[in-house]
Amino acid sequence: MSRATLGWIVLGWVGYALLPWYGFDRSAAPNFASYIGGSGLAHGLKGAWWLLPVLSPLLMSLRPALLPPRNGNSTWLIASGILGLGLIVLQGFSIGLNGWTLDALRSLTGGTGPSQGGMGYGAALTSIAFLIILCHGLAARGWCRGDAFVTSSIGTVVALITVFVFFPVTTILASAFADNAGNFAPLEFVTKFMDRSIWGLDCLSSDLRCGVAWNTLFLGLLVGVGTTALGLAFALIATRTAFRYKKLLRVMSVLPIITPPFVIGLALILIFGRSGALSSVLWEWFGIPRSRWIYGLPGIFIAQLLAFTPIAFLVLIGVVQGISPTLEEASQTLRAKSWTTFVTVTLPLMRPGLANAFLLGFVESLADFGNPLVLGGNFEVLSTKIFFAVVGAQQDQGRAAVLSIILLAFTLGAFWLQHAWLGKKVYTTVTGKGDAGIPLPLPRRVALASYFTAIPWALFTVAVYVIILIGAFVRSMGRDYTPTLEHFLTAFRVERAERGLFFSGSAWDSFFATVKVAALAAPLTAAIGLLTAYLLTRQRFSGQRAFEFGTLLSFAIPGTVVGVSYILAFNVPPIEITGTGFVLVMCFVFRNMPVGVRSGIATLSQIDKSLDEASLTLGARSATTMRRVVLPLLRPAIVAALVYSFVRAMTAVSAVIFLVTAEYNMATTYIVGRVEAGEFGLAIAYSTVLIVVMLFAILAIQVVVGERRLGRRAASPSPSPVAVQAIP
Amino acid sequence: MKLKKNLVAATMLAGSMTALAFLSAGAAQAQGALVMYCGVQEEWCRAMVGAFERDTGIKVSMTRKSSGEIFAQVKAEAANPRADIWWGGTGDPHMQAAEEGLTEEYTSPKMNELQDWAMRQWEQSKKRTVGIYSGALGFGYNTELAKANNVPEPKCWADLLKPGLKDEVQVADPNSSGTAYTLLATIVQIMGEEKGFEYLKALHKNVNQYTKSGAAPAKAMAQGETTAGIAFMHDIVTMVVDKAPVKVVAPCEGTGYEIGSMSIIKGAKNLDSAKKFYDWALTADAQKLGAEAKSYQVPSNKSTPIPPQAPKLTDIKLINFNFAKYGSSEERKRLLSKWDSEVKNLPK
Repeated sequence: MSRATLGWIVLGWVGYALLPWYGFDRSAAPNFASYIGGSGLAHGLKGAWWLLPVLSPLLMSLRPALLPPRNGNSTWLIASGILGLGLIVLQGFSIGLNGWTLDALRSLTGGTGPSQGGMGYGAALTSIAFLIILCHGLAARGWCRGDAFVTSSIGTVVALITVFVFFPVTTILASAFADNAGNFAPLEFVTKFMDRSIWGLDCLSSDLRCGVAWNTLFLGLLVGVGTTALGLAFALIATRTAFRYKKLLRVMSVLPIITPPFVIGLALILIFGRSGALSSVLWEWFGIPRSRWIYGLPGIFIAQLLAFTPIAFLVLIGVVQGISPTLEEASQTLRAKSWTTFVTVTLPLMRPGLANAFLLGFVESLADFGNPLVLGGNFEVLSTKIFFAVVGAQQDQGRAAVLSIILLAFTLGAFWLQHAWLGKKVYTTVTGKGDAGIPLPLPRRVALASYFTAIPWALFTVAVYVIILIGAFVRSMGRDYTPTLEHFLTAFRVERAERGLFFSGSAWDSFFATVKVAALAAPLTAAIGLLTAYLLTRQRFSGQRAFEFGTLLSFAIPGTVVGVSYILAFNVPPIEITGTGFVLVMCFVFRNMPVGVRSGIATLSQIDKSLDEASLTLGARSATTMRRVVLPLLRPAIVAALVYSFVRAMTAVSAVIFLVTAEYNMATTYIVGRVEAGEFGLAIAYSTVLIVVMLFAILAIQVVVGERRLGRRAASPSPSPVAVQAIP
Repeated sequence: MKLKKNLVAATMLAGSMTALAFLSAGAAQAQGALVMYCGVQEEWCRAMVGAFERDTGIKVSMTRKSSGEIFAQVKAEAANPRADIWWGGTGDPHMQAAEEGLTEEYTSPKMNELQDWAMRQWEQSKKRTVGIYSGALGFGYNTELAKANNVPEPKCWADLLKPGLKDEVQVADPNSSGTAYTLLATIVQIMGEEKGFEYLKALHKNVNQYTKSGAAPAKAMAQGETTAGIAFMHDIVTMVVDKAPVKVVAPCEGTGYEIGSMSIIKGAKNLDSAKKFYDWALTADAQKLGAEAKSYQVPSNKSTPIPPQAPKLTDIKLINFNFAKYGSSEERKRLLSKWDSEVKNLPK
């Protein structure tokens, strides 16, 4: 019996007998009486009989704790853990706010039954304790080489994913098979699924519209190809040419990632719209009639290219840098021309990078909500369609669920295809051996092609951001160009009051809430993500593939669906957390965790396992090894996970729109409201402030975490600021 | 004093256990609190909250969302309601919530001060929702663009079908916007279902874009992205007040209207405060705030001064809008799917 196990048994008792079992009534301040008097034990003795059985597994856990070590101890621990968790879950789900939750129980007992509220700290602590006791028991049985740290980590991550991913997602997907009244109706699913507005192919034969599924797929493929091509051009210029302004490229690559949604779409309207800057010039100087071509597929395509090319660039730059020149030199020694070398050696070696970049562009395009909303015109995509199925005049949640299933299928299909294409070929070129070569210069035509695509595009990106910047400082973009600070004052006014400063601007509340939630979510995301990555790469256990799939799932689900599913799942006991900041944090953590996992896996697979083994051989436990050896080597992945989750928490819209409350209003929902009201100036001004804040945050994260120092010459790919090479 | 002490204690606790306090966030609310979902523009919501807090000392937590989003949220939270009162936003979702029993019956002592249409809304919903303002549907046009393209001033719904406006009319998609659904129901009520759909099919040829949000056509007009746009007249007035070259038109055939409504959520945790707010929001003093916050709807209390910029309901030929029939989810589903199959997918 280790001290750790004993500690958890004690904590289990504390949670049951000393801490309040139920959540606080939010309208009253918690006091001492509600602490002890509200414990599970006290409630149980006062009449909540369903809490009393939890006492028995707690007593069971005492046996191995008090008696001298012997063989049966692990069995007692396992039994106690399973029974405890089972009892808590069972009573939590069968007794709700309004009595029995199952009709069967109601008719059986002939009444509504007892009622209870959502679980509080006590219940949470006791449940965690049971979970860990179970994991320790399994370790004592010899699971995972008897390493209690590993079993506990696996148990914790599995439990968290079950509660915060599987539970809400199944709740909403179940509604795909229900009619509006909530009854089981599989036929309804079939009719909704086969709808012509989803799968219609009329646009091929006539000028009718095609189904929304085809639209989405087509747009995703276009954006995937486009971002990969542009990203490759940028990456080649940045690594293989003597281009002068490489630093600038780097900065530009980060900008679109930290731009709040809507902003790029708005800027495009202000340039290409019928009354846009460029359209006016073309009309006045060349007589080219103004048109509305920007609304629809072209507009969304351009906006998404702008937004997602940097991601492709960041993925590809790592890959291009990582290609060892040795192979290319070999090819040249064998007298291949530089063009032949590029096509037969360099390009094939980039395959994993290209596949990753394409996949990311495709998935991001599928999940994008802001740009289609602003620029969509009559071109409909799944993400907006889902949103309006929930909030629009139809109010049809089942339809939203059906559409989500289709979107989910596309995303998972793309992951699967990528896996199949890359196959089991080896692309490793970063090895322990020294690389003496210098990267070959690009063949002429490739260099020219790269310059001709990348430089105009870079100028275009700059133009878009100039427009955004101007928009924040003029009265009304497109109509009235009087310079003004009015927008900033409305949003961020600070007044000097008697007792210090008073933040009277209308945006301060949402701004503080956003920063707070993002700052809490980022470290949690990084911690859980990297722990999962460590488990996936360094440990072997059964069910590993399913475990990996679970971590990916929340990334593939569109934000709107996540938002609605969180309300459905977490607004009622036993886990009642909507309306709190906690639910926002959890939502972000589990939406962005896959990035932490992926960047962790990518970095960990570069680090030789022998380092861990050396540490273990020298007698360190795996927790110590993790802290002293693995973590310092993981710095690039930590930076990536922190930055990504912080930025995403500040820019996500669709997932949080249902979860915000008065206290926890998010910046993006505020901006959406401004856009809806037509106050583009204010929306853009707020966005520029957010961009600046995120830039500072990224810098701060890089300074605090620091760089990884490897004792070798620069051969490994330098860590990219936002490592989105992340995804498989 | 006790209240203050409670607050101090709560803040101290929150300070000492930040993590814990974060979990139970929203704690430390004073007694006499009110949670409000607000469905109109942010300024108006804020003005209402501020004035109510000043008048009663009840602390209000307000969340602003579009009425569709509020309905979706109220429905999702039905098992354990978070909000007490749902104030503002177009009447349809309020009616639907009433139909589904998500809101509470209430008879306010202020009922006799209200306009007839507000009372009718209350009666039709079986006392579950009441009208607080109304706004007529109409359209507008960008005067500069109309002049440049020699489009004669449109005055009637029929004028929107003229070939000069080909690809120049913008309206929202009724599937996503309550405004556009009001148009659909209005046209059907003015012309009859068959003729109405003929009209919508003809209009389809002139529509350049079905927007997602109902007020978007008003903005597009102001920006010069479209010549004509169909929206609620008060949304267009907001653009006019903002000095956009836009003119508002009340269609000569008559037009439908929305009744911005207010409902008490069933199972509200602060029922007394919700009722207080309900009574207060129906007074002339509270309803004055709309115009001050640049929202030009017509208030429902008879003695509220009507803002000079607001479209006069007396100048507008209002039809006798059947909210009970066209607000019911069955009729709505039928009309929407008919519109989807017969109008939306027509070739131009």
